[in-house]
Amino acid sequence: MSAIAIEVRPCGQRAFLIEAADNASVHALAERATGVWPGLEDVVAGHRTVLLAWPTPDDLPKQGEVEAALAGGGGGLAPGERQEVVIPTVYRGDDLGAIARETGLSEEAVVALHVGASFTAAFTGFAPGFAYLLGLPRELQVPRLDDPRTRVVSGSVAIAGEYSAIYPTASPGGWRLIGRTEAVVFDPSSDRPALIEPGATVRFEQVAP
Amino acid sequence: MIEIIDPGLLTTVQDIGRPGYAALGVPPSGAVDRPSLIAANALVGNPPGMACLETTLTGVSLRLPKGGVAAVTGARAVVRVDGEEVAFGEPFAADPGAVVEVGPAAEGVRSYLAFAGGLDAEPVLGSRSTDLLTGLGPPPLAPTVAVPFGPGPPIPPDGARHPYAEPGSSPGIPAVAANPVLRVVAGPRADRFAAGALEALEAGPWTVSPRSNRIGVRIEGDPLAPLAGAGELRSEGIVTGSIQVPPSGLPTVMLNDRPTTGGYPVIAVVIEEDLRIAGQLRPGSPVRFSIG
Repeated sequence: MSAIAIEVRPCGQRAFLIEAADNASVHALAERATGVWPGLEDVVAGHRTVLLAWPTPDDLPKQGEVEAALAGGGGGLAPGERQEVVIPTVYRGDDLGAIARETGLSEEAVVALHVGASFTAAFTGFAPGFAYLLGLPRELQVPRLDDPRTRVVSGSVAIAGEYSAIYPTASPGGWRLIGRTEAVVFDPSSDRPALIEPGATVRFEQVAP
Repeated sequence: MIEIIDPGLLTTVQDIGRPGYAALGVPPSGAVDRPSLIAANALVGNPPGMACLETTLTGVSLRLPKGGVAAVTGARAVVRVDGEEVAFGEPFAADPGAVVEVGPAAEGVRSYLAFAGGLDAEPVLGSRSTDLLTGLGPPPLAPTVAVPFGPGPPIPPDGARHPYAEPGSSPGIPAVAANPVLRVVAGPRADRFAAGALEALEAGPWTVSPRSNRIGVRIEGDPLAPLAGAGELRSEGIVTGSIQVPPSGLPTVMLNDRPTTGGYPVIAVVIEEDLRIAGQLRPGSPVRFSIG
């Protein structure tokens, strides 16, 4: 792996927050950190950061060690296998018409752009298994609702700003709904609870209702 | 088994939580005053991380249809068995059908009620803890809800009798601080605040807001000023004890049911040893921050 420009920031007694230039570097850093420190408790991707948390303050390496291990390049770690996920989606979301009007596209064109895009799971947040997916075509970048819905059903496929996402469970939400999937996005009883893990490549496939 | 009569403001099942799933958006959850959870378990001869009840300000009352051995730690409260007061911070036995009452917290917020054998509930991602943010784990306890004991008698991990269960060998019941001070480490985003913000954090005065819960403790006082032109922060990972400062300038100390990522700058992080103090901060009480 080549050198990545980073900044290491202290974050309490048992974590560091690592700033990177972009989200692709975030996932490369996360993979490298997991290889260097197998005892890490949490490796949390952000939009342009990765948080590394050890189980106790005694486990925390020196800041200089972290900088050297992550910024130095080399290391000889094979990049982790990128998870690839395809989401079968019925594109009948409540906001599809409004998005078409706002963007000046037909509903079919909105769907075609979403289906044609290749997304990367930038990070998880908001709810267990809720992955913020980067890769939304610029033409589809619309603001979230001014007045969020009190209830969005689980499996709703949505867009807002530069992201797309799938609501894992029913919850309030302000993102614009374009479709729905039957896929189980979060299952705590599974060995891999989240269908979409940070760093995964995600595509959507249009299916008949 | 226990049968809840009155859960008070909020009573939940808590163990040491579900750390290690933050990358998937799962909060750590678990007892916010972990040393008190461990002490309560020790008093009844349980391994340290078994599931207990965590009460909130007003205590709990429950029935033990088949009796049991229990102990209360954390926020100091009057404990009664069938109306007779028993010692706080010491194990007691209750007969079948006995009613156990943990009174309102005299100091702090959360008392921990441990039972020999622990409490059983369906584990989710390895933990029986109720997570108020995501709804993972058992729901908060309601009247008439029954929770079975775990398998007993408990066997300590090393096969030996747990030393804390020996009379007189208790590690001591962690006390709730009278004049709470949270020691903090500056950063990771102290540089997104105006000059003097860290000094202002230390100087206070600050008061604990009643709008506090297991997700975070909101703090009231003079707002901390952001650095002019710092722009918006993108979502990034946070830890328990992170002191987030939203645009209001009023800090929130994140507790165990916090989100895993956040978009507000974190000016400082509470040290591990003082997280339990944060978890016992009473609404309306003063709190100070000390930068290490």
